[in-house]
Amino acid sequence: MAVNLKKISAKPELLAGGHAACAGCTGPTVIRQALLAAETPVVCSCATGCMEVVTTLFPYTAWRVPFIHNAFENSAATMSGVETAYRALRRKGRIPDREIGFIAWGGDGGTYDIGLQSLSGVLERGHKLLYICYDNEAYMNTGIQRSSATPKGAFTMTAQAGTVKYGKEQSRKDLTAIVIAHNPAYAAQATVSNPRDFMSKVQKGLQANGPAFINVIAPCHRGWRFKPQDAIRMAQLAVDTCFWPLFEWEFPGKYTINYKPDPKRPVEDWLKEQGRFRHLFEPKNRHVIEEIQAEVDQRWNELLRLEAASGTAASGAA
Amino acid sequence: MAKLESLTGNEAAAHALRQARPDVAAAYPITPQTELMHKFAEFVANGEVDTEVILVESEHSAMSACIGASAAGARTVTATSACGLALMWEVVYVAASCRLPIVMPEVNRALSGPINIHCDTSDTMGCRDSGWIQIYAENAQEAYDSILQAFRIAEHPDVLLPVMVPFDGFIISHTNEPVEMLSDEDAASFVGEYRPRRTLLDVDHPMTVGPLDLPEWYFEHKRQQVEAMRCAHAVIREVGEEFGRRFGRRYGFLDTYRTEDAEVVIVALGSTCGTARAAADEARDAGIRAGVVKLRVFRPFPGAELRAALAKARAIGVLDRAISFGLEGGPVFHEVRSHLYGDARPILPFVYGLGGRDINVEQIVGVFRKLQGARGLEHPVEFIGLRE
Repeated sequence: MAVNLKKISAKPELLAGGHAACAGCTGPTVIRQALLAAETPVVCSCATGCMEVVTTLFPYTAWRVPFIHNAFENSAATMSGVETAYRALRRKGRIPDREIGFIAWGGDGGTYDIGLQSLSGVLERGHKLLYICYDNEAYMNTGIQRSSATPKGAFTMTAQAGTVKYGKEQSRKDLTAIVIAHNPAYAAQATVSNPRDFMSKVQKGLQANGPAFINVIAPCHRGWRFKPQDAIRMAQLAVDTCFWPLFEWEFPGKYTINYKPDPKRPVEDWLKEQGRFRHLFEPKNRHVIEEIQAEVDQRWNELLRLEAASGTAASGAA
Repeated sequence: MAKLESLTGNEAAAHALRQARPDVAAAYPITPQTELMHKFAEFVANGEVDTEVILVESEHSAMSACIGASAAGARTVTATSACGLALMWEVVYVAASCRLPIVMPEVNRALSGPINIHCDTSDTMGCRDSGWIQIYAENAQEAYDSILQAFRIAEHPDVLLPVMVPFDGFIISHTNEPVEMLSDEDAASFVGEYRPRRTLLDVDHPMTVGPLDLPEWYFEHKRQQVEAMRCAHAVIREVGEEFGRRFGRRYGFLDTYRTEDAEVVIVALGSTCGTARAAADEARDAGIRAGVVKLRVFRPFPGAELRAALAKARAIGVLDRAISFGLEGGPVFHEVRSHLYGDARPILPFVYGLGGRDINVEQIVGVFRKLQGARGLEHPVEFIGLRE
């Protein structure tokens, strides 16, 4: 599905400027791209977190689409209520008979951790909605605490690097794989650094005949410790090192890797640009970098295997 | 035409929900609420109600989905008990602050721990300050009638608050009683249609629900909830009176029994009030002028009505089926005493029936006897029917 950027560039922005996100934050960029990609009116929810806080500071709102924030762990369940009301009221003729899309937003804390059950319930029940996780790899809104999306070795305020610890000691949860295990209508990973790819996935997710999920990497310079102007480059490095593969899963089981970096860059190229991994380059912690690389390779190879097994021809660079 | 049916409290509640024709229901099973949703599912399966049911994976998601559905403009219901209510706690508050007229029968059950599935009111008493209207039912008939009224109260433009209708687990929920049901047409015409002014599905007029509200405005929004609760007072009265005019069963904030000349009066909630009335009769046979006040509406608290009902009592006993650790007496006691501030009469706290322990007529006659001899203002809490 080709995204027509010319057409999209003529559309009005549906997330207003003037919100309170940090300079260089990629969260609003992700939201703007998704709202521009939507081909029908949409209703959005968002979990408590950075994007909810910076866009809805009463009496202002940045949302030019209907929006609901309920709590931290229930963006998916909340939107399942909205989507169900839509089906009920449309069937009963109480609202105009037209297509509306539903997007539930959450950060990694609200999706990988506290909201996982709510998301799982929505996927199992088959609501026709798109859940988008903007993954900045920690609880950034509350001040950079580790989540299950935080990469191994990263410094966070709750898993610090010091004389005896090297930061987070566990690997990140593969949430996209967990979502796929629910047999949804559509699932994908995307990056803020490739809007055409992401917007195409948003369109597929909204058109899918059932629950859809997109996990989009959205670097946070406050938590990752890089210069604000480098956010998009940091997202692309995550993709180029295969730390964050761009791929799609389409019902009933077709994997497509959207971009195969050539050459595949060492994960060190991504790590060394971020202050949260600085301590890994001390001699005593070098082994952690090797472990991270080994895991990136293992997961990438597994994805290649899944793609081959699902019968899709390898695609070229996006 | 009204008809008399033999129904459990849960079945009566399910019929009330059916007749209110909700657009969306979201619920999760918990004893003793389960049978209520079984019955409702049966209505859905047989096309007797046109409701989209979301069978969620937890009570937290049940209330979360209700909040989404209600904000989207759907008449929305759920039902729960005890730990289920506790799990949805966080968003119970969100529902009220978003001013969403969700209706929730709540089958009272003790909170864990230790785990116990039987009746007490520790569950709903815990969220008495959540911003929900609370209307306690004494029996299946009251549960049925109050649920129908709850939609009118919740959806009234001056109110727009969620309403829970608690009734006693097992004692009411699982006991068959004769219930006079309205015809579907009468119920529908009484409850009316839900026509919200603004909804999330009005995509041409986008609105933001549940924004971040800092010290600049949060307090004003809480004040608006206070105002809604105040307005609810008049609406509850009007709706209860209209119900009486149309269907013969009039409802107010409380009911009195033999209080006109009573010297000693018990205040209680729910099914215990029937036992207390029998006990008042026995006490009167023994020469004690006893009376009973049944509190029906706990939020908004009917202070003026309660003061009037207790005007002639010489001593008052308050029966709580919930406990407030570290305080002498339970939540009903403290509300009652607070509304009798400055009063020189003895007001005695009693706690009974926790975890479903029975209370009988003799025990309540004992309370009347104790009240008769009560003097002074300081009274330690007494636990009824407890092995010490």
